Amino acid sequence: MIPFNKYYNHFNLLSTILIVCSLILLVFKGLNFGIDFKGGTLIELRSSDTKINVSSLRDKFSQMNLGDVSVKKFGNDKDYLIKFENKDNKKNVIEEIKINLDKSFGNNFNFRRVENVGPKVSAELLKSGVIAISLSLAIMLFYIWIRFEWQFSLGAILALFHDVIVTLGVFSLFSLEINLSIIAAVLTIVGYSMNDTVVIFDRVRENLRKYSDIKIFELTNISINETLSRTIITSVTTLLALLAIYFFGGEILKGFSLAMILGVVFGTYSSIYIANTVLVRLRVSQKTVLREDDQK
Amino acid sequence: MLYFSKLRILSIALFSSLFILIALTNLFKIDDDFFDKKINLGLDLQGGSYLLLEIDNAPVIEQKLQNLTTTIRNYFKDQNIKINNIKIEDEKIFFNVDDQSKQVVLDTFMDENSDINPYYPRFKSHQLEIEDMGLNLKVNFSTQGLISLKTSSQDQAIEIVRRRIDEVGTNEPNILKRGNNRILVELPGLDDPMRVKSLLGKTANLTFRFVTNNENDSFGVEKLKYEDGLEEATVSKRIIISGDNLLDAQPQMDTQNNQTVVSFSLDRVGAKRFGKATSTGIGKQLAIVLDGKIISAPVIRDTIASGSGQISGGFTFQSATDLALLLRSGALPAPLNIIEERTVGPDLGQDSINAGMIALAIGFLLVIIFMFVKYRVFGLITNLTLIINLFILLGILTLFEATLTLPGIAGIILTVGMAVDANVLIFERIKEELKDEKNNILAFDSGYIKSRTAIIDANITTLLAAIILFFMGSGPIKGFSVTLGIGIFTTLFSVYFIARLFTSIYVSKNRNKEKLI
Repeated sequence: MIPFNKYYNHFNLLSTILIVCSLILLVFKGLNFGIDFKGGTLIELRSSDTKINVSSLRDKFSQMNLGDVSVKKFGNDKDYLIKFENKDNKKNVIEEIKINLDKSFGNNFNFRRVENVGPKVSAELLKSGVIAISLSLAIMLFYIWIRFEWQFSLGAILALFHDVIVTLGVFSLFSLEINLSIIAAVLTIVGYSMNDTVVIFDRVRENLRKYSDIKIFELTNISINETLSRTIITSVTTLLALLAIYFFGGEILKGFSLAMILGVVFGTYSSIYIANTVLVRLRVSQKTVLREDDQK
Repeated sequence: MLYFSKLRILSIALFSSLFILIALTNLFKIDDDFFDKKINLGLDLQGGSYLLLEIDNAPVIEQKLQNLTTTIRNYFKDQNIKINNIKIEDEKIFFNVDDQSKQVVLDTFMDENSDINPYYPRFKSHQLEIEDMGLNLKVNFSTQGLISLKTSSQDQAIEIVRRRIDEVGTNEPNILKRGNNRILVELPGLDDPMRVKSLLGKTANLTFRFVTNNENDSFGVEKLKYEDGLEEATVSKRIIISGDNLLDAQPQMDTQNNQTVVSFSLDRVGAKRFGKATSTGIGKQLAIVLDGKIISAPVIRDTIASGSGQISGGFTFQSATDLALLLRSGALPAPLNIIEERTVGPDLGQDSINAGMIALAIGFLLVIIFMFVKYRVFGLITNLTLIINLFILLGILTLFEATLTLPGIAGIILTVGMAVDANVLIFERIKEELKDEKNNILAFDSGYIKSRTAIIDANITTLLAAIILFFMGSGPIKGFSVTLGIGIFTTLFSVYFIARLFTSIYVSKNRNKEKLI
């Protein structure tokens, strides 16, 4: 049996630090919102001419009067991602860019993807994203509240907040882009983290009923160990699937799969070291679950 | 938990093979509408354009209020009530009446059978609201009045949008209402939406009006610019004919001077008015105004009684074709703005499909190898189940002709990764049970029973997340929630029916073997 409970305090301290750092990052550095939430224009270009490079392309774009333009390589040497704010919401901006590029580089560009999100739409998308995440947290809270005793609910929710906040913290730290698919990833993380916690809690509750003489400190450790192989196998298979998406699923899914990978790692960790320590700190005992049983 | 009746085995086999067959129909072309169902590819996979248009209703409201000021003035004039200082400010009408008449005016507006203020009995609301501001009276659209105005302009706009897009001839466009002032246009396979965008961006409000030098024209005058933006002309506000009078418009080559022109023919009313105007106005300039700009202003040389004519204005063949198209399909009730656009080229779509399929294959393979190494025989059972699960999932997507997007493929891969969770929970539980219970059948039985609550909890939490995503998400994200959500049901089915069936067959054949799992 692995003595997980020996490190409860250490990891609680670590998690607290992680959460505080993430919050500081989120407040002061903020998130790197993509055009879905900030509005603006995104163009994915493929060039057929190897002589064209990022800096020449960047120079060209900065001459076009588009405001702050970001030009980056996208996955390989031929593909570029161009983003700008398109403040005036110019109508024919793509047409103008096409003409300009053709003039300076010849007809060597393929416009693979064009996205243009107006300020009104991006504000709405951001709002519905925030609502979706809050709503899912609220629904999980409600579900766990009717399924378990309140001490368990608190543990599960703290674990959930931890996963979401720290994942967003990592995105803030590395200035990774937040777009619509990241919202989908965060919601899936919420589901996954909950799932993982619930499996362990289910066992803790079962063991609480079974043993009256074991303290919760020991009991959580037993439960974690009993469900450990399941926790590991499921995390591994999920991570294998996600790594396949990350490495082979193309550039568009990179952010999504990265968020999910982080979420699975943090979710697995938090089920063990946050959810359970809450039970310990709240001194959950056999009485907690038996009282509930009496009421039913 | 391990007993299966023959009937049950049969129905599981039938159900699974049915969906596997449906999934396989994607690979073949079947000449039957009912059986030829296919998974639709989202715009991000097949390439195409997604445009979200917003109707700018402000001009419509302005116009309606403008008309209303005339109506109000005339209506009360007939009742010998004088309306003073009538003006429009900030989408509201303000006016003064003397104190004795005030109540009459208020009553007229509030009356359910009012002649100037329609009443909607269904919503218990008038079209307009009136308020006594002390100094003057304020009239503005009620909430319901605004809604019905917006809905009707949306209804008109979607019709015009449909006509214009049909004329361009893209395959299977999808044109839908969104809210009460937006229109969603999906154009599969269109990699350059430039032409469609410019066609949708024009209101195409065509009028023929006289150019005048008389500033005191009884209809009022306005200064309008020519298309090229350089010159200006003073044009009467009196409309001779408008786009509504057009029966047809076609691009044409004018053989006399080798110019591309748009020829048009007018309806009866239009022809009459055009004939009259051209006979009385010989020598005058007739301005052809499109969306507030003068295309050309030819001098009338002859009476045109035939009800047909030509518009020239230095067109290229393309621009003449587009103008004719716009005139044929009619004017939009209000300007449209493109507030969101997402276009994916067909080669990127194909690349995404390839990448998605490779990721799916590799993810699948990794999970299968891992499960086999970890559980041997039971790993094989899980893997077989996983494959059947995947086919059932594809079968259901096919049956509902669901739209598969790139995130949707990610959802399928994720389902593969998470689908083994239920099997793992069961197998691990059985392992534990086997520590105390030597009878294989009993241990397997209680393993299945005791793991059930955890499995159900786990799947409900994921399902809840998927449902929220489905309702909050748009486009590609919706595709993700659909595959994730359906994946949960197919997973539960395949774990509790297919995998359990295989397990029960294997366990009953090896009931006395030790260390079964």
